[in-house]
Amino acid sequence: MTTALAQRGEDREAVRATRRTRRSAASRPSWSSLLYVAPALAFFVVFVVVPIVQSVRISFYDWDGISVATPAGLSNYAAVFSDADLREALGHSLVLLVFYAALPVLVGLLLAGAMSRIRIHGLTVLRAVLFLPQILSSVVVAVAWRGILADDGPVNGALRAVGLGGLTHTWLGDFGTALPSIGLIGTWVEYGLCMVLFLAGIATIDRSLYEAARLDGAGAFREFTAVTLPALRPQISIALILTITFALRNFDLIWNTTRGGPGTSTTVPSVFVYQDAFQDRALGQASALAVVLTVLILVVVGVVQLALRERPDRDRRKGVRA
Amino acid sequence: MKVTRTESALTHAVLVVAALVAAFPLASVVVTSLGGGRPGGAAGAGSGGFGNYVAAWTQGGFGSALVSSAVVAITVVVVTAAVACLAGYALAHMRVPGGRVLLGLLLVGLVLPYEVTVLPLYQMLAGWGLVDTYWALILPQVGLSVPLGVFWMRSFFASVPVELLEAARIDGAGRFRILRDVLMPVAMPAVATLATILFLFTWNEFLLALVLVPQNEAVQTAPLSLSFFSGAERGAQPDVTAAAAVLVALPIVVAYVVLQRRLITGLTEGAVK
Repeated sequence: MTTALAQRGEDREAVRATRRTRRSAASRPSWSSLLYVAPALAFFVVFVVVPIVQSVRISFYDWDGISVATPAGLSNYAAVFSDADLREALGHSLVLLVFYAALPVLVGLLLAGAMSRIRIHGLTVLRAVLFLPQILSSVVVAVAWRGILADDGPVNGALRAVGLGGLTHTWLGDFGTALPSIGLIGTWVEYGLCMVLFLAGIATIDRSLYEAARLDGAGAFREFTAVTLPALRPQISIALILTITFALRNFDLIWNTTRGGPGTSTTVPSVFVYQDAFQDRALGQASALAVVLTVLILVVVGVVQLALRERPDRDRRKGVRA
Repeated sequence: MKVTRTESALTHAVLVVAALVAAFPLASVVVTSLGGGRPGGAAGAGSGGFGNYVAAWTQGGFGSALVSSAVVAITVVVVTAAVACLAGYALAHMRVPGGRVLLGLLLVGLVLPYEVTVLPLYQMLAGWGLVDTYWALILPQVGLSVPLGVFWMRSFFASVPVELLEAARIDGAGRFRILRDVLMPVAMPAVATLATILFLFTWNEFLLALVLVPQNEAVQTAPLSLSFFSGAERGAQPDVTAAAAVLVALPIVVAYVVLQRRLITGLTEGAVK
């Protein structure tokens, strides 16, 4: 039963594939088809698969990149979980997950829920503007927000203007405010993407479902939980996958705003990967951390996909695949 | 649907606020870049107006950086699209031995953090003498773009009615001719959307550039130049740094204004597919 559920999406794909091949080609595998796949595969193997295998290999050594590497067993991995600095960095990643993934998805859902109830004017323009943060280089985003959050920036200016001058901070420079400030930049980058995704999902919902809900006397909240939320399952799944991946990687934004500072208050694993590998010459340690980060991302993505997989009894519109 | 006018107006108001928040940082950079140095910041060499742009352009070498970004992004897009069309066609319409394993591998590639590849990539490319050349940016980014490209083109080619291919086959067309003469003409919109997305990702890529072309200014891309420039100039000339940021963002924003519909529907619907 569970396996049947789990394989449903795959099966449909497989059925379509067999039907196609039965009609269009011999049922024997076509070895010459490898010629078509070879160029893409070559790029992928040489520049992605081989480096990953290398990373895993290096992670079991102590190596400065110059002298002879000495086998280190699992000590690099032990350090990932025991080293205070690295544990702190993993903790920061968890905090950032709230800002980068949970908040944008919640804000997106709330706004999308409100939008599902009315006809929206100027949707195209709104959508384009909301999506803007997604297309900007993270370095540009960092420069912009450094200006906004600076001592003499608009945020502090606004606080002073309303008589709350006591609340001003060097937002990215104070120990207490740097991490949440970066978190809110992440929220800003991601909430438009979530809204746009959910809007696209809502556009595919049969309007008669809303009419039916209203005839049954559902209020705005019931309508949201009974109609909008279940129908948006594929979009919520993909929004979580995109935002969580962004949150756990998150090198660019931190590197260009705080570099992990002040002190170690905004360090994240990817910053240590870079510093260990290219500044401190601790290549084994950097590789172990990168491998752990990768496994963490794959596990979280897998869990999200499983948890939000479409159920057979409702919402059969689309498969949930990244 | 019966919803009160008040609710409609309120929702629109919230949406407008959300859009203003989304646009504010870019607007604020543009305003800063045109200003004459904020109080507290040293009056920049730019002295206000477009002077800041001239200063950023000459001090930061952004002309060369924009050219580098264009060279890298266009090459990556063209090569990726070409190999993705070939592989996507085979995976959609042929019995590729090990095809399912390959798709599973590519699926993992879609969510892979680049962090796990950069260190070995650096050593491999250094061994080949390619660090600090365009190749160091182009080759790995083709590899990292292949998963998205192949999935994209495969799902498009699989959606083409088989009758179209049957007809071509009965007319005696070989497999490659079917791809070139039958499928590619109808695939152009899908290829264009894929190209737009890949261009955006490649143009904005930062970590690979930081690691793989650290020393050679002539091949450094626009985001990397901006990072170095804003790091060196931090706090000193906020208006010139802002002008530099606008220069780096401008090509993408212009392209976005033209292509936003294609890009947004591509990214949102492609992601769910």
